[in-house]
Amino acid sequence: MITSSPLWSVLVVPVLLAAFTAVAVTADALLAARAAGRRVSPRVLVAPLAEVPRLLAAQRRTTLAPDSLLWRLGLATVPAAGVLAAVVIPFGQVTASRMSVGVVWFNAMEVLTWAGLWMAGWGPNSVLSLVGGYRFVAQGLAYELPLMFALISAAAGAQSLDVAGIASAQGRLWFVVWMPAAFAVYLASVYAFSFLGPFGYPAGRDLAGGVLAELSGPDRLVLQAGRWLLLTAGAAMAVPLFLGGGAGPLLPAWAWSAVKTVAVLILLVWGRRRLPVIRADRYAELAWVVLIPLAIVQALAVALVVLTTGGTP
Amino acid sequence: MTSVVFWVLAPLAVVSGFMVFRFNSMARATFALLISFLASGGLLIWLGLAYLGTVVILMMVMEMVIMAVFMVAYMMNPAGLMPMSMVHNRRGSLAISVAAFALLAAGIFVTPWPHRAGAPPRDATFALGEALMGPQMLTMITLGFTLFATMVGAVVLATHRGRYDRFGDDLKRRPPADPARGGVGQ
Repeated sequence: MITSSPLWSVLVVPVLLAAFTAVAVTADALLAARAAGRRVSPRVLVAPLAEVPRLLAAQRRTTLAPDSLLWRLGLATVPAAGVLAAVVIPFGQVTASRMSVGVVWFNAMEVLTWAGLWMAGWGPNSVLSLVGGYRFVAQGLAYELPLMFALISAAAGAQSLDVAGIASAQGRLWFVVWMPAAFAVYLASVYAFSFLGPFGYPAGRDLAGGVLAELSGPDRLVLQAGRWLLLTAGAAMAVPLFLGGGAGPLLPAWAWSAVKTVAVLILLVWGRRRLPVIRADRYAELAWVVLIPLAIVQALAVALVVLTTGGTP
Repeated sequence: MTSVVFWVLAPLAVVSGFMVFRFNSMARATFALLISFLASGGLLIWLGLAYLGTVVILMMVMEMVIMAVFMVAYMMNPAGLMPMSMVHNRRGSLAISVAAFALLAAGIFVTPWPHRAGAPPRDATFALGEALMGPQMLTMITLGFTLFATMVGAVVLATHRGRYDRFGDDLKRRPPADPARGGVGQ
């Protein structure tokens, strides 16, 4: 039984999320060093975290006639969305907020990135970052509906919108086993809302960094941290949705949650270097012609199984 | 604690709604409206309607971002670099909106609200779903199909990537002429 912990535990969420994010960026640095043929040394591993004080001390870039209000608001929205989305994710046997509609909350908070990134692109009054912001909106229109159907599949399988309820409904069979299409669509959408890896198009190198083009110092840190926090929140949410939550032999529930979260994170970080960047217009076609029908069929299959057996197959 | 939530969110909703007409930048006006909607969604959650409130937040963020795209595309002065006003008939519209707000707010206070009969449902989301989908199932199904057919019809009429656009009048053109190369089925 997953229980809700007191209100102060909401403050633990950003700390825990940041810790997992640190694991992800360190793993990313390791893979980058190996891909570049450099020797893996402790210096390489701490490099991404050593960036933090450097960026905090670095000078802020200013542009001509920026919309500073929307710019800063948009930048702050991205990490805030990651942390707020993570509030409903159970960790082992406890959850910071056992919200009855946790899945919808996660979806709503992840969608805040749409507004955040568009404002971050609009703010600096610069063509390249503006195009980056628009690219994310186009990408959002493509990834959002398949993601919603993937979330609906898991919720329908457990007959609950409560994330803890979904985790504990997988006692006999993990959802990933009988909802593989929903799981694959979900993982792709995690890349998409954190605009990393194959969905790094809004911050693409062909745009000189897109939404990141005019950012330096603390601003750059906030947006970069935000996308990695979103990736981590997405990976952590995959555990209660599809991988049985904290269930597992021998180890305590929190340890299984941590192990599974790190495993999904490593998979995502590894895949980020393996997959080519996909243009939003091409992904839109794939999403609407292939993924939405696939996700609907998946949700239908889940609904039929639940109706006939009253639970797992 | 609960009244703090109300006194933060309610004025935020009203003030940011008002600021929509004060900003002279389309982008700022759109996101002021979004903040107003987010505060309203927060108030719904505070009232115990978690599902409705969260869905308001979810839908409004997407709607307002898409609206920002169109506002910027269609307005002559999207970024507010030149002074422009968001309202016509400044004094008249202000008087009408303040009067309407006062009338509605007064209505809340003078209505003799009935006392609660029975207890609130344990799961408001479930009760809402049952109220909508139970006795009104036929209406909702008809409504759903009508809306869906309207959307598909509108897209079919507007698209320039239909069968005849891609394969030519005799449907014999290979490869099809697509506005963007690549994609599914090629």
